[in-house]
Amino acid sequence: MSFSRRAFLGAAGLSALGLTGKAAIDAFALQPPHEPASTPAGTRWAMVIDPKKCLEAGDCTACLDACHRTHNVPAIDNRAHEVKWIWKESFEHAFPSLQTDYPPDALRDKPVMVLCNHCDNPPCVRVCPTQATWKRSDGIVMMDWHRCIGCRYCVAACPYGSRSFNWSDPRPSIAQITPDFPTRSKGVVEKCTFCEERIARDEPPACVAACHAKALVFGNLNDPESDVRSLLRSHFTLRRKPELGTRPAIYYIV
Amino acid sequence: MFMFEKAVVGSRRYWAWVLGLLVIMGLAFLAYLRQLSVGLVMTGLSRDVTWGLYIAQFTFLVGVAASAVMVVLPYYLHDFKAFGRITILGEFLAISAVTMSMLFIFVDMGQPMRVFNVILYATPSSMMFWDMVSLGGYLGLNAIIALVTLGAERKRMAPPRWVRPLIILSIPWAVSIHTITAFLYNGLPGRSFWLTAILAPRFLASAFAAGPALLILLCLGLRRLTSFDAGREPVRKLAVIVTYAMLLNVFFILLELFTALYSQIPEHVEHFEYLYLGLHGQAPLVPWMWTSSVLAVASLVVLLVPPLRRRESWLAVTCAMVFASLWIDKGLGLIVGGFVPSPLGAVTSYVPSVPEVLIVLGIWALGFLMVTVFYKIALSVREEVAAS
Repeated sequence: MSFSRRAFLGAAGLSALGLTGKAAIDAFALQPPHEPASTPAGTRWAMVIDPKKCLEAGDCTACLDACHRTHNVPAIDNRAHEVKWIWKESFEHAFPSLQTDYPPDALRDKPVMVLCNHCDNPPCVRVCPTQATWKRSDGIVMMDWHRCIGCRYCVAACPYGSRSFNWSDPRPSIAQITPDFPTRSKGVVEKCTFCEERIARDEPPACVAACHAKALVFGNLNDPESDVRSLLRSHFTLRRKPELGTRPAIYYIV
Repeated sequence: MFMFEKAVVGSRRYWAWVLGLLVIMGLAFLAYLRQLSVGLVMTGLSRDVTWGLYIAQFTFLVGVAASAVMVVLPYYLHDFKAFGRITILGEFLAISAVTMSMLFIFVDMGQPMRVFNVILYATPSSMMFWDMVSLGGYLGLNAIIALVTLGAERKRMAPPRWVRPLIILSIPWAVSIHTITAFLYNGLPGRSFWLTAILAPRFLASAFAAGPALLILLCLGLRRLTSFDAGREPVRKLAVIVTYAMLLNVFFILLELFTALYSQIPEHVEHFEYLYLGLHGQAPLVPWMWTSSVLAVASLVVLLVPPLRRRESWLAVTCAMVFASLWIDKGLGLIVGGFVPSPLGAVTSYVPSVPEVLIVLGIWALGFLMVTVFYKIALSVREEVAAS
């Protein structure tokens, strides 16, 4: 039987196509269970932040320190490459659509704590090409640092600047590594995970636990008796950029 | 394989050119190895401007790839015979440009060894997934079409009938690759610079100007350097296509400017302000953007006056101006401009690093090498057929 080089290459090409094609079809069937193990059904985690209480505490950075220590977030001096899960942003930058020429003294040039909004309708999840970021049924927007390909599409999609990319290996910039939480490698995106590992142990998020001023309150939005719901009932609150339809789960008391 | 033997015989000049390209590619490869080991910290990118030269080149080159349709459509759908000699050039240009754009995505990835996660965890809600599908499909279509039609030409036979549906399919497919590339940016809340329905049409218009302009330059270059003459007619027709597309492109940019500047909504105005005037004292792109504008207007003057456009030396300069103008607009301003100011109002400028530029040049060199080798093969086949 004669089998020309051209025919062989053709057959080899088709076989390769067939093999990858099968993998692609299998991939559609493969949807990993993203459900949290320990959260009761019907839970929707949320946070209410009271910037006034926070400001009364002065230059306090307890929440930020606790978060970044707990999660091995590197401290990088260069603003261009910094990684942060929770940080202080000026009121004007956190709420650009609420600009006023005459802000109250309590807010003028004052920082507010910002973090991932754990949106109900997260654009970052929509754009991620590998489902390395996804929304759990309890509302937490999660990250899989082992699946992330580092395309930074989610960074472009997040309207809150809540996502950080590891421009280099973060490990040398971690003062002391907390052994019970993973470190990340270079080339992946990371952000606040609402301390899902602590919630699973029935502990509040690290930032909430560290805040002496009780400026951060965490709880179940679906439970009418929860602390967050009672604060929302008794105060007027804002969410960042509500006009974008992302429906953040972080509320700010004004 | 693939008549590759034609590419390994050539003049001294041919080999010097190929060697030069290989040297640039080698240097770029070294730079990429460095990026692989230290990370994207090596580039000029930052948390505010997370995409830069790589993604911008990708965007620009998808347009060049899509523009092959501007020769394929008249030739195959309207039986416009004059393009018969250059259709294959358009297809090979498309193959090279798609390969380059895919490589630009690849070098932008933080974890390139995980690239197959895009297939393994295929996510139809992500425009990046669809971009991969459309670019891969377009590459495959053009590779098959070019290979089969050239193979048939070599045997002095008509191409097999089954390839025609693929050619017809490649026409809307070309439009789709650039539309989906626009959709990558188009649907992001909080990025007002890209949140405009005219982005995809604008992408297509600039693509259909830049691609044919490059093809004209390639045809004129081939006439000077080789025995291949595309003829006057196809070059003139291509020039007409460039004229219409460039007019539309400038018109679309003016529409964008009107919407932003007349509405005076700050988050729409600020991006244009940053690009053309500078914002908060930062204006690195201002000279580039004005150069782009001047080149666009100047090229239109020549293109719109037929006696000027018909002079081939003028046309060559004009096509170079069109290409440069659109490269700046799309390969520089459009991506970076969308990131400044950031959604939190930060004005962070982006200046690519030297190794980053080297990697960009390396991928361009690879593209030129592909075009060189493909054109060498195609023209050698033609010479062979003509001689026998």
